[in-house]
Amino acid sequence: MITGTPKPIEEILEMIEPYDNIIVAGCFGCVTVCRVGGDKEVQVLSSTLRLAREASGRKIEIKEICLERQCDPEYLEPMRPYVEDYQAVLSIACGAGIQFMAEKFMKTPLLPGINTGFLGVTERQGEWAERCQGCGDCVLHLTGGICPVTRCAKSIFHGPCGGSVNGTCEVAKDIKCGWQLIIDRLKSLDQMENYGKLKPYKGWDASRDGGPRRILREDMI
Amino acid sequence: MLPCTGRIDESLLLKAFENGADGVMVIGCLEGDCHYVNGNIRARSRVKRVYSILEQIRIGPDRIRMYNLSAGEGAKFAAFTNEFVSQIENLGPSPINVARKQAARESAQEVQAT
Amino acid sequence: MKSASNLERVLTAGHFAVTGECGPPRGADPEKVLKKAALVKGNVDVCNVTDNQTSVVRMSSLAGCMLVKQSGIEPLLQMVVRDRNRIALQSDLLGAAALGVHNLLCLSGDHQKFGDDPKAKNVFDIDSIQLIHLVKTMRDEGIFPSGEKLDGVPRFYIGCAVNPFADPFEIRVPRLKLKVDAGADFVQTQCIYNMDKFKLYMEGARKQGLHERVKILAGVTPLKSAGMAKFMNRMVAGIDIPDEVIKRVADEPKEKQAAKGIEICIEQIQELKEMEGIAGVHVMAIEWEEKLNEIVGGAGLLPRPVVEQ
Repeated sequence: MITGTPKPIEEILEMIEPYDNIIVAGCFGCVTVCRVGGDKEVQVLSSTLRLAREASGRKIEIKEICLERQCDPEYLEPMRPYVEDYQAVLSIACGAGIQFMAEKFMKTPLLPGINTGFLGVTERQGEWAERCQGCGDCVLHLTGGICPVTRCAKSIFHGPCGGSVNGTCEVAKDIKCGWQLIIDRLKSLDQMENYGKLKPYKGWDASRDGGPRRILREDMI
Repeated sequence: MLPCTGRIDESLLLKAFENGADGVMVIGCLEGDCHYVNGNIRARSRVKRVYSILEQIRIGPDRIRMYNLSAGEGAKFAAFTNEFVSQIENLGPSPINVARKQAARESAQEVQAT
Repeated sequence: MKSASNLERVLTAGHFAVTGECGPPRGADPEKVLKKAALVKGNVDVCNVTDNQTSVVRMSSLAGCMLVKQSGIEPLLQMVVRDRNRIALQSDLLGAAALGVHNLLCLSGDHQKFGDDPKAKNVFDIDSIQLIHLVKTMRDEGIFPSGEKLDGVPRFYIGCAVNPFADPFEIRVPRLKLKVDAGADFVQTQCIYNMDKFKLYMEGARKQGLHERVKILAGVTPLKSAGMAKFMNRMVAGIDIPDEVIKRVADEPKEKQAAKGIEICIEQIQELKEMEGIAGVHVMAIEWEEKLNEIVGGAGLLPRPVVEQ
């Protein structure tokens, strides 16, 4: 899923300072699952903002909504009739959702209520960790199902580097060395021959470096 | 009606302040004694989160507090309540209520002026 | 000869090689480099010039190499893949070769987190092993990795670094093999203090015949004090100083610890000289260049041989 973290209240209050009425828009997709941008978070954030604004002597009216997904046009359209009645939309969907809404409603400022993080997994309730960078050229079959691009702080293809100590990355004690994980998996899969092969230079053109990417499925259009 | 403090979430607590509460006491069962295993533990962490929200928006974190009591501790309940009420009285009305009163006074003056 | 490198000539002639290093200053003052170079001169076959080590911004390695060269020492360009993509790497390689740098060390580079600019974007377009391959392709095939022909071929003696003490230990020899397969001519190791572990590593390397395919230069760094030893052991990833080594230094009174550190370093070099598969030493007297002559001389490795082109 796409993960994220809430922006500091101070920063949001500064963003909404010019407005007297806004929509706070959540999303039932990824951000609901990682508890940063769903229905519940819309309620908590809206209450918080109302309280802060009223205490400061300038009330704000907030319409609370949560869309099925902010990244699909069919769920954005139902908002059209009333978006214009509000001065701004504060979205707590991921960066993709926020931008998509911005594209649809040209005359309404869109404000981000969260900092979008990474493509990750729920390691346990309340703890999420990165797994994928969407580099566009997956090599997991060669690396024991563990991604060197994401899990190695240097994204190296022939690791581990000299900074690997007891399975820990030199960057921080709570980061596992991605290459130690790869080697452990390759060993248990009896695929260590994969380790000894030189890998070609990665084609970063398949990644964001090639410019914003697009997928076109003729059969679906 | 709440079956358990575990049902309380942050928005409910914040709503209480929006509805004009100067302070909110959350009273759950004794820790380790929850009928729903860990409802009161969850409530405690949610109260903690609201505590930090109230601190950030300068409503005052001390306006919310969690207590744990068993149903048989009537005297303790009274003591906790008195303690909390005097804590809130010391803090005075919540900034929301102050702002509301101020706004009401201003609009009354406007009415008088017209 | 693959290159015009003095290090290659010394090693090919069968001499036990000595390399040293010079860290460029945190500023634009050339005197700082020239002063260090004067202390290094005559004690080494080539002198490494580090590339923003520990991600702390310093004068560029190439500029440092030119200053070292001016002083009459053959420079060795260290190049990390942390800060440059493959376009910049190729371009800098061509520039270095044009300016008469014949030795290269291909490195990953410490993570930027350790330096002054932890918020910098890292590059790691290709990794250090792929850089070895890239340089080799340019040198031996006369083409860019893209396939385009080079107008003037850079003839580098290609090196890499290895850390026999990083984890997992079992992958250290296979990873050396990857570097040799990619085209490394020589390797310089991380500072060795744990001789037993290093012997184990060399045994593994010899089993695969790697010592015959690549020149292995063993890295040593004299300990200035027991405090430095303890600090390095604790703070630097992949440094392994056994307690008995620390104890030998710590048992001396403070003013004699440095001399003990040098004595241990010389002993180590002598032991390494006798080890099968070790072709030379890389003496990293970090910010202690004035002791290089004492160490190399003490190990009986002076004067440095002159091998005609």
